[in-house]
Amino acid sequence: MIRAASPARPPSPVQIRLQGAAVALAKYAILIPLTISFAFPLYWMVSSALKIDPQIYTIPPILLPIPVHPRNFIEGWQVLPFTRYAFNSIVLYTVPAVLFTVLSSTIVAYGFSRIRWPGRDTLFWFVVMTMMLPWAVTMVPLFITFKWFGWLDTYRPLVVPALFGHPYIIFLLRQFFMTLPEELSDAARIDGASEFGILFRIILPLTKPALAVVALFRFIWAWNDYLGPLIYLRDETRYPLALGIEQLRLRADDIGNFSNGIPYLMAVSTIVALPIIVTFFLAQRTFIEGISLTGLKG
Amino acid sequence: MSCPCRFPSVAPGIQMAAVTAKPSRYTPREWRNLRLGLLFVSPWILGFLLFTVYPLLASVYYSLTRYDLLRPPVFLGVENYTTLFTTDPHFWNVMYNTIYYVGFSVPLGVAAAFLIANLLNSRIVARSFFRTVIYVPAIVPAVASAMVWQFLMNVQYGAVNGLLRSFGLPIIPFLSNPAWAKPSLILVAIWAQGAAVVIFLAALQDVPRSLYEAATVDGAGGWRKFLNVTIPLTSPIILFNLIMGFITAFQEFTIPWLLTEGGPMNSTEFYLVHLYRNAFRFLRMGKASAMAWILFLIIVAFTLVIFRSSARWVYYGGDK
Repeated sequence: MIRAASPARPPSPVQIRLQGAAVALAKYAILIPLTISFAFPLYWMVSSALKIDPQIYTIPPILLPIPVHPRNFIEGWQVLPFTRYAFNSIVLYTVPAVLFTVLSSTIVAYGFSRIRWPGRDTLFWFVVMTMMLPWAVTMVPLFITFKWFGWLDTYRPLVVPALFGHPYIIFLLRQFFMTLPEELSDAARIDGASEFGILFRIILPLTKPALAVVALFRFIWAWNDYLGPLIYLRDETRYPLALGIEQLRLRADDIGNFSNGIPYLMAVSTIVALPIIVTFFLAQRTFIEGISLTGLKG
Repeated sequence: MSCPCRFPSVAPGIQMAAVTAKPSRYTPREWRNLRLGLLFVSPWILGFLLFTVYPLLASVYYSLTRYDLLRPPVFLGVENYTTLFTTDPHFWNVMYNTIYYVGFSVPLGVAAAFLIANLLNSRIVARSFFRTVIYVPAIVPAVASAMVWQFLMNVQYGAVNGLLRSFGLPIIPFLSNPAWAKPSLILVAIWAQGAAVVIFLAALQDVPRSLYEAATVDGAGGWRKFLNVTIPLTSPIILFNLIMGFITAFQEFTIPWLLTEGGPMNSTEFYLVHLYRNAFRFLRMGKASAMAWILFLIIVAFTLVIFRSSARWVYYGGDK
């Protein structure tokens, strides 16, 4: 042992292997508890959703919800008009926000990448700057403006700006478009194709993965958005799911008069988180590539 | 020379024309491109003017007024600003809370993300499984995570305290004690750091293997390689994550609003929580605008300081 460790002699293969094993062991000794603690809150959300009050208030806490109570998912959903909230979240907010943002940002990103014109790159700096602009600064004046438009209690303040492109998504799409060779467009131009034709017939089919990335991002932002709806929506029938969950918590907090409040709250939270998690698993590679790109090209 | 273009003889000719035209006057082709370019980016220009430039200017004006949405704004000059700095009973506390939160959550979060990414980047089995588990909390709706964290951290029936209690250990008042509330929220913020982990991981995978091999030949151990290869080569991404982290953390709203609503005893009344309360609960649009501008300047100053200092610790590669 001592002799092998002296610098004069190279370590024996056995020793190298032992050392490797020790390092690997240390890695897993950190990684596994870490992963468990990252996963635990979400596990707790789902498992508590399957319990009833007596299982919730037991000490020590029950790790496995046995017997399971899957009916919580239905009962919790029915405490408040969650189907209505889901409709609002999907039809009034997420779908238009995604469509508008992707369409407008694609066109803008094309103008910033596939056509050469004087001043283009200077103007693009403004796009980058708006990415860094704290939205807190525009929050109050925008509210005042949209109130003046009579847009309070509608989804317009959240959806109409999407028609004008989102700086972050413009930035991402531009990065993607830049990677395509110039000859593609030139050849089509010689054939007499218009720029819109080139964008929709040549560029877009080649950048489907990029479109998927930005559509995913926009979907998550809209689905998860809490502050936007909180500011603009008062009428409870117009709430999205995010605000609906908060309403359910108000009910659940009244422990004395309301049973299974926590399981219901956890059940509905699980349902609302599910589309995001499922989408992530279905499109994991696209997702990871997109996030990696945002950092690397920034 | 297998050119895929349809008219290989024409394409170079057109490029030549574009190159030889001198910028003193735009050629018809350049005019066409300018018009087309502007046409394509016009949605953004319009949106920029409507939803960025105009609100910024309006915000400067509102910050100099008293405005409750019901009566027309009353011009006050800089009174909103001076009041905030001198007589406002909450402002400095809010500032302290925010700096505390930002100052701990961002460096800790970035450091944790960096270390986790390094662990994931080494030779391990089931890397994508670990990465997934660590990333998912970042995309779960904040409202849903707020609900489960509030439940987990509850003093009476939360899982953590339930466990402590069953071992006869003292309980932790995560969200009900002013001393614990900020660290608890920082913990939740670090839990949701997955995006930074993924960005770091991609950066680590871009570090050329040859550099590590060269370092090994020079007799560098694992720690040396980490210090002299890994950190310099990923330092631009560290900078990126720090800056984005600061910008986000200064404007943290949803988690503190839903978990503690600024309490207990205003200990988690962060900047945006206070701004929101003033604007949309008390209808003090002028004061809220002034607060927004102060925050804006703080964020700009912070970003500049980090950028300046980055010249000393960020490595941009020899050839760039």
